[in-house]
Amino acid sequence: MAEITLKGLAHSYSKTPAGSDDYAIRQMDHVWHQGGAYALLGPSGCGKSTLLNIISGLLEPSEGDVLFDGQRVNELPPEERNIAQVFQFPVIYDTMTVYDNLAFPLRNMNTPEYRVDPKVREVADILELTPLLSRKAKNLTADEKQKVSMGRGLVRDDVSAILFDEPLTVIDPQLKWKLRRKLKEIHERFNITMIYVTHDQLEASTFADKIAVMYGGQVVQFGTPRELFEKPAHTFVGYFIGSPGMNFMDVTHQNGKVMFGDQPLPVNSQLTQLVATASSSNIKLGIRPEFISVANSPTPNTVPIHVENLQDLGTYSLLSFKLNGQLFKARLPEGHSAINEPAFAEFSDRHIGLYIDEYLVEIGHE
Amino acid sequence: MNNNKVQNNRAWWLVLPMLILVAFSAIIPLMTVVNYSVQDVLGPHARFFTGTEWFQTMLNDSALQAAFLRQMIFSLTILAIQIPLGIGIALIMPKRGWQASAVLILITLPLLIPWNVVGSIWQIFTRGDIGLMGWGLRELGINYNITRNAGDAWATIILMDVWHWTPLVAMLCYSGLRSIPEAYYQAARIDRASKWAVFRYIQLPKLTNVLVIAVLLRFMHSFMIYAEPFVLTGGGPGSSTTFLSQSLATMAIGQQDLGPSAAFSLIYFLVILLVSWIFYTTIMHMQKDKNPQGGA
Repeated sequence: MAEITLKGLAHSYSKTPAGSDDYAIRQMDHVWHQGGAYALLGPSGCGKSTLLNIISGLLEPSEGDVLFDGQRVNELPPEERNIAQVFQFPVIYDTMTVYDNLAFPLRNMNTPEYRVDPKVREVADILELTPLLSRKAKNLTADEKQKVSMGRGLVRDDVSAILFDEPLTVIDPQLKWKLRRKLKEIHERFNITMIYVTHDQLEASTFADKIAVMYGGQVVQFGTPRELFEKPAHTFVGYFIGSPGMNFMDVTHQNGKVMFGDQPLPVNSQLTQLVATASSSNIKLGIRPEFISVANSPTPNTVPIHVENLQDLGTYSLLSFKLNGQLFKARLPEGHSAINEPAFAEFSDRHIGLYIDEYLVEIGHE
Repeated sequence: MNNNKVQNNRAWWLVLPMLILVAFSAIIPLMTVVNYSVQDVLGPHARFFTGTEWFQTMLNDSALQAAFLRQMIFSLTILAIQIPLGIGIALIMPKRGWQASAVLILITLPLLIPWNVVGSIWQIFTRGDIGLMGWGLRELGINYNITRNAGDAWATIILMDVWHWTPLVAMLCYSGLRSIPEAYYQAARIDRASKWAVFRYIQLPKLTNVLVIAVLLRFMHSFMIYAEPFVLTGGGPGSSTTFLSQSLATMAIGQQDLGPSAAFSLIYFLVILLVSWIFYTTIMHMQKDKNPQGGA
């Protein structure tokens, strides 16, 4: 059982960090609750793996504390942290059989054999490794090896959290899906905290109840997949989550109107007010491609657009258009009417997000 | 059956250049030796076919049998010392930074010294009057003399070979250790593996391939050792450090016994081939799945 708390955590690989650019993890606070299934999502080099290694104890953070159930564990080595970690490339002990691989962590703790055996067989059964138990681990396929390295985390009774560092990178696509389901099953069965690092939003949202999106060494949003989609807290989340990502417009306030370049935008008075009183000049409006509708005749809430192309993707169509010289994407439902110029786009008022200095400003639509 | 298939074997000609190369580098020289080994050559025009006679003589020669035994003992001894020592040195060598480069250079130095220079160095080093080791041991009251005591001569030759060649084993192991991904060590820490378990289950298995190379190279090298003991002890005292290659050189060059020495050379060659093959298959066999079940 463990609740993992990160308090004022920061990490730099340089001994004398000069500016915030030297930090792989910037000052952050975060709590991973006991028994949760979490994903840590972000592009390569955003600090996901660094954060994971700090939690498991392979790295010591340069600032701040890591707490397990309120206990500071900064100095504890990984072997004393009751944590298991599965790496990107499967780590197995080549010369041992699958059975011995699974028994290895238990034997290292001097567990008597009569307790090792049932545990190993139980885990092998869950992971569907039973027929392979007497095989040498060296001759397994990549997904079998990855299951063995997962199994080594599961055999230990004292494990309170399992950390996954992009564990499915080397697995074939159709097996990925199976393994992901297996993970989910294990999570439900063992009530273990799981933190899953990935750069694949689909992997993250199918596995995790809550996703922490990392960008530039910080968790920019922590929420359910739905929250990340509907209310991205940071422009990066908007852009990274969803396919295609959110459309952003740099806007200004002129003569009581919200202007996107030379184009006044028909937005409600509350939003106009917020833009007018913003303390920064970095003001963006974000709208998901799903919430843009396109028509052939103008209404008071539409803006004229220049259609670039329309891609039919089966269940929906993807429209690319230009507004004020910038490319936008709109996702149109199946069976929409033909799009001819002149065309007009309407941005669903309640789905427009206001971003000041890249962070979402709550509007309170209702 | 497809009878319309055009048979064209002209591609075999592409093998020819390789065949010529191998012929000149191996087959022809070896065949001349085979040629001598089955004849008694008395002069340019007087030669007799002897069949397997020389081979039988050589195999029954007690001096050669003794040299063979000494050779085996020598090779196995240096393997038993150099392989564990090389692994040990590789394990304690610094992993990165300038220290790693410095240690690598220091350790490589003995490998750069020519064989007979190594012999000369140790010859002087072990002299009782001016050699540091010989003089030092005598001052300590140890009766050390490689020209008189066979035991001293043996110990010195083995020490010399260990000094000269352990760096090679250490370097091979060092490169093998460096190629182990960091994740293995991290996983081992999380699995609470002891230092010994890390060595036994991660480092040693990952070193298997370089160790095969190290064992084969060191075996072949040591089985052919010539210049170093020849310069250091001249094969003595008596014939106590006369190894196979020195016996062969005496026979072929000293006595011009072409037939017997050709037969002897072939036996020598086959022994090295056989022992290397045994080493290789044994080590490779150790990695096999002992009871494969199920498919694939």
